[in-house]
Parts: sequence; C-alpha cells; structure tokens
Amino acid sequence: MTTETLLAVENLRAGYGESEVLRGIDLTVKAGEIVTVLGSNGVGKSTLNRTLSGIVRAQAGRIRFEGAAIEREKPPAIVARGLIHVPEGRRIFPNLSVRDNLDLGSYARAKPRRTQNRERVFDIFPRLRERVAQYAGTLSGGEQQMLAIGRGLMAEPRLLILDEPSLGLSPLLVEELFALIMKIHAEGVAILLVEQNVVESLEVADRAYILAEGQFALSGTAADIAADPELKRTYLGL
Amino acid sequence: MLSPVILIPALLNGLLTGAVYALVALGLTLIYGVLHIINFAHGALLTAAMFAAYFAFTVLGIDPYLAVFIISPLFFAIGYALQRFVIGPASHGEDRNMLLVTLGLSVVIENALLFGFRADTRTIDVPYAFSTIDLGFTYLAVPRLVGFVAVFVVALALWLIMSLTDIGRAIRAVAKEKFGAQLAGIDVAHVYAVTFGLGTACVAIAACLLMPTYYVNPSAGNAFVLVAFTIVVLGGMGSVPGAVLGGLVIGVVESLSSLFLGDSLGQVGIFLIFIAVLLVRPQGLFGAKA
Repeated sequence: MTTETLLAVENLRAGYGESEVLRGIDLTVKAGEIVTVLGSNGVGKSTLNRTLSGIVRAQAGRIRFEGAAIEREKPPAIVARGLIHVPEGRRIFPNLSVRDNLDLGSYARAKPRRTQNRERVFDIFPRLRERVAQYAGTLSGGEQQMLAIGRGLMAEPRLLILDEPSLGLSPLLVEELFALIMKIHAEGVAILLVEQNVVESLEVADRAYILAEGQFALSGTAADIAADPELKRTYLGL
Repeated sequence: MLSPVILIPALLNGLLTGAVYALVALGLTLIYGVLHIINFAHGALLTAAMFAAYFAFTVLGIDPYLAVFIISPLFFAIGYALQRFVIGPASHGEDRNMLLVTLGLSVVIENALLFGFRADTRTIDVPYAFSTIDLGFTYLAVPRLVGFVAVFVVALALWLIMSLTDIGRAIRAVAKEKFGAQLAGIDVAHVYAVTFGLGTACVAIAACLLMPTYYVNPSAGNAFVLVAFTIVVLGGMGSVPGAVLGGLVIGVVESLSSLFLGDSLGQVGIFLIFIAVLLVRPQGLFGAKA
C-alpha cells in the first residue's frame, strides 16, 4: 500500500447560513485506503460530504485533493479531479434509463472510456446489465444503490465517497453491498465510507473517524475503535 | 353545415395553424419541464424574434425561411445569456424569483420594442404568402404547410438532442434530480441556460414561420403565448409530445369553433377546453400524476 495522501482536510468549518455544522474537521485519506466516518443522525456527516464535493461552501479551513486546494472549487471541477460523491438516498435519475444514468456518470470525466467503463460496472453489478434499458425509477432500492455507485465508478474515481450506502437495504443486501465495496476497493479505488452501520463499516475499513456534533471525537485504526466498547457507547449510542 | 366540403378544410387549416402554436408551446413546456417556471418572457421573446425576422427581410432582404437559420441560433444565444447572466443570478436559486424576473423581462423587452419601433403594425410581402397547393378537394396554404412540417422537424431534432447527446441527457437529469446531477459533475447553471436557449430558439423558429403571413407589433407575441399556455396544460406540463399533440388539437378546436361560432368567438373553444382539462385531467394528456 502506498502512503501518498489523496485527501487532506484541515480545520474545516462549514454550515448553512448562521448555523455552523462542521466545527473544525481534520481528516486524511491515503491512496488505496478505506476510511470510514461514523456518527449518528444529524452530526454533520452529509454536510461533510457536501462540503468535500463543493455543494456546500467551506467557511474556513483547507481541503486538499492530490495536493491541490479545492475548497473554493465548484462541483464540476471537483468531479473532474476524480473526487466522486455517491450521495445518501441514491439520487439517481428516475426518468432516465439505467444506461443513460451510467453514461452521465462520465459527463465530466473519463468520457472517452465510457463504453469500457460501462462494461466494467456491469461486471461488478450484473443486475444492472439485465436492467440496462429500464427507467432507473423502476428499480428496487438495492438496484438503485448499485446504480448510484455504478454511476460514480463511471468517472474513474480517485476517491469515492459513499454516503450511507446501506441505508434502507435489507440485512442480506447490506452484506452484499459491503462485499461489493471491498471488490471496488480491491481494484485500487480509495473509499471514504460515511455510515451509521458501525459493525459492517469497521469490518471493511482501514481507519475510522467518529463524528459527534461537528467534530471528530475520535480517530484511529478501525481495529482499535472496534475494540473499544466505551467509545461505542459514548458516541454511537450502542 | 357539417358538409365535409367545409369541415375537412377547416380541420386541415386547424392542424396547420396548430403547428405554430405547438412550436411556441414546445419552448414553453421545455423551460417549464426543467426550470419548473412559467416563462413570462416567452411572448416578448416571440415578438422580438418576429421583429428580427421583419428586419432581416426589410433591411437585409433575407427571406424568413432562410433567416430562421440565423435567427434561431441568435435567439438560442440570447436565451442562454438571459438565463445565465440575468434570470439565474437575479433569482438566487428561488423558483418564484425566477418567475418574477421573467415577468420583469417581458415588460422590459416589450417596452424597448415599443420605444424603438413604436406601436405600428408591420407586415412583409413575400411572393409565396398566398400560394396554395391544390389537393383536389381543398387548397392548403403553402406557408402553413411549411410551418406544419417545421414543427415535426423541430420536435424530432429536440427528441434527438434529448436522447442522444450528453447535454440532452443532462437536461433530463437536471429536470428530475438536480442534486444528483451536480454530483455527476453537471453544471446546473449551464444546463438551465441551454434549456432556456432551446426554448427561445423554438419561439424564434415560430417567429420566422409566422412572419410571411402574420403581422408584428410590440405585443404581437402575447396572443400566441396565451394559447401556448393552454396547450402546455392540455399536453401535460413539461411534455414535448404533449406540446406537439396539444398544439394540433388546439389548432383544430380553434378552427372548428370559428366555423360554428363565428370568427370572433374562435378562441372561446380553446378556453373551454382549458377549463375542461383542469377539471377532468389536471395533469394533461401526457403529464405524470403529481
């Protein structure tokens, strides 16, 4: 595993209007890592993701991606760099076919290799191949999640942010999903996994951050955090 | 009165008139479908495009049917710039602001035209204005036939853009899932502006098709937009096939109600349909249920 730093966040502050949601975040993701950010509802997980992808403007602090400062960049520029955010709630295009959904994943990046990347996505998610001409809105929840991740993969991500991918999936599908995340990771994609599902996430991650009220209460290797029952009780309410 | 000798020409004429209505409605429904606003500047832009066609003919001597290839790209650019640099920034992301800004724009455009060209009604003389084609049982006016063909060409072109190009896919994506589109790297402000540009190009084409047989004054476009709005509601807000079919239906309704109720009451039928649609099928012919 290389130690090249992919994403480096320093003292990041962000929020909506007067209310500050992120109150000084420091985070790094190295090439080839799976890093998980855990926390319960409303602690700022989605705001963190939205700030990293340029939807929400950072109020202070720095975000460096592969060495370049991106905290003032707009979402299309950030996507073009290969920082791809698969949002909570899938946000697929329900009125477009599965194929068109995937193709739009390469709207801003990796467009010349669209056809071969689509094949690659179909190899990872064979069910999408069966549904290629179907409107995305007619897919099941699990299939929509696969499509959302597939759309992200179409951009050849350097870093893939997965926001609550297991939300609303049956336990069996959650198992399958985490296996697929490992498979994508094995192909060399660094992953920032933002989850409420503590047990599964800590199993797949290299390192973990625990987010509580807009700040990281704890960070460390996934194994260390998994082994600490006190922290789980305090910050995750388990 | 129901003699086919009268009825069939009335039907055909209605279809041909409806084609131009459809074109205006196409622009309106496209903008509604993506930006989720009624573009109140649509009529004023139609008027402006009619003036452009008028001056292209009187000053430069370019026939409207040729001028369309200059005026529609020009109005695409105007529409793009209006959305990108005026409507978008002035609205701060609020749909209701966008609505008001387009209303304001229509006032500005209409009065600028009034200031520049006064309230005179102007027409152009083209040799084919009264040309007809003899079908044996009736005559068809050539300019209307051209309009009829043009609306299908435009609808087909739009459909191809929407299904085969990335910008078309992006337009459809933004229409339903703006946040997801942003995360796919789609520049929503650009997509909005392209959509507004396409809608404006549609009225520019309509203007060039109208000028050979119609007149222009600074409020000429408004009559069409009121009808186009009815068509958009009839066809389903945001639906392209709905706009085309709705336009043709409304054209026929207008023609038949002129026949039965007299010319001055021709438009009564349109608004009866409008009220009936709102009562019976508020989502329109092709609209999805809310």
